[in-house]
Amino acid sequence: MFKIVAKRQLNEAVTLMEIEAPYIAKKAKAGQFIIFRVDEYGERIPLTIADTDPEKGTVTIIFQAVGTSTRTLAQMNEGDAILDFVGPLGNATEIEGYKNVCVVGGGVGCAIAYPSAKALHKAGAHVDMIAGFRNKDIVILEDEMRAVSDNLYVTTDDGSYGEKGFVTNKLQALIDAGNKYDLVIAIGPIPMMKFLAEVTRPYGIKTLVSLNPIMIDGTGMCGGCRVTVGGKIRFACVDGPDFDGHEVDFDELMRRNSYYKAQERESANHECRIIKAGKAAEAAADALKTGLDTAASFTKEEK
Amino acid sequence: MANLSLTKVKMPEQDPNVRNKNFDEVALGYTEEMAKEEATRCLNCKNRPCVSGCPVNVRIPDFIAQVVEGNYEEAYKIITSTNCLPAVCGRVCTQETQCESKCVRGMKGESVGIGRLERFVADYHMAHSKELIEKAEDNGHKVAVIGSGPAGLTCAGDLARLGYKVTIFEAFHKAGGVLVYGIPEFRLPKAIVQKEVDHLQALGVEVRTNFVIGKTLTIDEIFAEGYEAVFIGSGAGLPSFMGIEGESLVGVYSANEYLTRVNLMKAYSDKYDTPIRKSSAVAVVGGGNVAMDAARTAKRLGAEHVYIVYRRSEEEMPARAEEVHHAKEEGIEFLCLNNPTRILGSETGEVSSLEVISMELGEPDASGRRRPVAIAGSEHELTVDTVIMALGTSPNPLIRSTTEGLEANPKGGLIADETMATSRPGVFAGGDAVTGAATVILAMGAGKKAAASIDKYIKEKGSYQKIF
Repeated sequence: MFKIVAKRQLNEAVTLMEIEAPYIAKKAKAGQFIIFRVDEYGERIPLTIADTDPEKGTVTIIFQAVGTSTRTLAQMNEGDAILDFVGPLGNATEIEGYKNVCVVGGGVGCAIAYPSAKALHKAGAHVDMIAGFRNKDIVILEDEMRAVSDNLYVTTDDGSYGEKGFVTNKLQALIDAGNKYDLVIAIGPIPMMKFLAEVTRPYGIKTLVSLNPIMIDGTGMCGGCRVTVGGKIRFACVDGPDFDGHEVDFDELMRRNSYYKAQERESANHECRIIKAGKAAEAAADALKTGLDTAASFTKEEK
Repeated sequence: MANLSLTKVKMPEQDPNVRNKNFDEVALGYTEEMAKEEATRCLNCKNRPCVSGCPVNVRIPDFIAQVVEGNYEEAYKIITSTNCLPAVCGRVCTQETQCESKCVRGMKGESVGIGRLERFVADYHMAHSKELIEKAEDNGHKVAVIGSGPAGLTCAGDLARLGYKVTIFEAFHKAGGVLVYGIPEFRLPKAIVQKEVDHLQALGVEVRTNFVIGKTLTIDEIFAEGYEAVFIGSGAGLPSFMGIEGESLVGVYSANEYLTRVNLMKAYSDKYDTPIRKSSAVAVVGGGNVAMDAARTAKRLGAEHVYIVYRRSEEEMPARAEEVHHAKEEGIEFLCLNNPTRILGSETGEVSSLEVISMELGEPDASGRRRPVAIAGSEHELTVDTVIMALGTSPNPLIRSTTEGLEANPKGGLIADETMATSRPGVFAGGDAVTGAATVILAMGAGKKAAASIDKYIKEKGSYQKIF
């Protein structure tokens, strides 16, 4: 069992938890992920590691309650324990040798973009960060991101906070303004990553995206997480999760991630374990409304 | 006087049309009377050819003699003196190519039903024994076993019996490896695997789940924690695909994923959150045991049509005859001499059909089997909504890529000599991680051999002295 040592609500649907997992805390690097299973009946859900504290032996995860397992997890509290927690899985994000980097996060994807920015910043790179949200109410990690970047640009779709517009507009503007990036990292909803890769393509800027396909074991056994990159089948769990954004078949990934959509809706409808326990179904409904901000939770949780 | 019947005592089974709708065990097991009757078919040959056919050297005629006498606990002790997983082996070991293939009775008629008797003895023991397990005296030496599949469990069990303090590191949340994620409940109930694991734990073996070696810890860090030797039984790895068009469509699974969802993650049970595709027509590509398991699982999940698509003829099929027979009884449709050419999808990217081409058999190939050759222009479509690829696996890269000095063959399998020693001192390996996808019993044999080699290695390296 893995104890929840701290819990913080970042916005209505996004929760931060510090989990006691000393082995993982010691090993994890930016870009790697864990898989948790909340209880005996839950799925194995991958989540990218948001932060670690090797001294305390804790791993920070940030997730949005969008499916059965993340909803159950969101209801748990400090002192409770998760049944299974395994990692660090996948490869760490490449951070060596870059001088001028733009890290772009979309919605809850900022939780994954943050550790990459932090690692790059620590390695001495100049880091610009663009963090995009639908509106002011769901802005997360602003102070944290500001602390690990030279410039932080917050955008909202409706203009209720920061600059109005999408992250793609902002990146284009930064490039137009003469910024010479040798690396762009994009982490967020699949459409965001897809369009961001299109922004950088004409300039030949190396663009890494962190993919979140359906996955079970996370160690290279099930093959569920296969993605087509450069026309070849790659496995996100052992070959990724970071891939060259100019080579990824995003449309295929989007189709594959919606694999269990209908079933998940069904499951949410007669999800008695949670409702019986008198726990909030409303939060789930709200989470569904927040739509695209799902980058941190994969499997059938992807909406 | 030996029982001269030419055939084995029939195994009671669930009716095919009942069992293809449930996940309960297909074969129900012998009663005491049946076991005794079958046991009397054994001639107790002096030269014991059957034992030479067993990778874990079960003293077969000895345990069968005890069954004849009704001394089932004695029979259990004889089996478990060399085989720590009798209830598993009695169910899924390919006896027909091992011990039973050497049985003298098989020269005329059917061999003795050794596997069935082994299962009877193991089940009898589980149901009746209240005996406390005797733990070996601790010799103070620590050994790490990576992976809790058949190779790892066997290696751990043998070492525990020799007094070693054994820790098994398992990547999944549950111990058992392929026995829990791969082989379906209806062939090997998971409660049986759990009991065998419990038994090992009672022998003093520690099982640490949620540990991915190569990630959570490396082999070097395991040595740094005071383990004197490591056995790698991490199993097979990445599933193979054909490289044809449409393999990433929604509705295409690897058999590993399909079976893991159903077996380990229990997608067949409403209590579990695991989703699985509700299929009406399924094509399973491949002709091995895994293909049979996937097909029979799909049928149980409610698919109306389940096809086995295999490019050679049934004769060349690598699956056990018994599994093919069971699959046919349950209504699986066999499309042999057909090879997939592409998977076609709907507008929404879901599988709508599988295009296959007819094959004919040509000259024998490197495997000695006649090579299948496509018949030009014979492509035709099979209407299916799900395709499951059961084409084998390639070795997992996680340990090899994080351990210096560990040599692998060009295909990625770890290289181990006849003692199961790898190129790295103190590191041994066996099972699918070395051979690529093979059988439970071969993995167990490798685990057993490695345990003996590890014992020898630790004793010879001079550090061995009984610490307590």
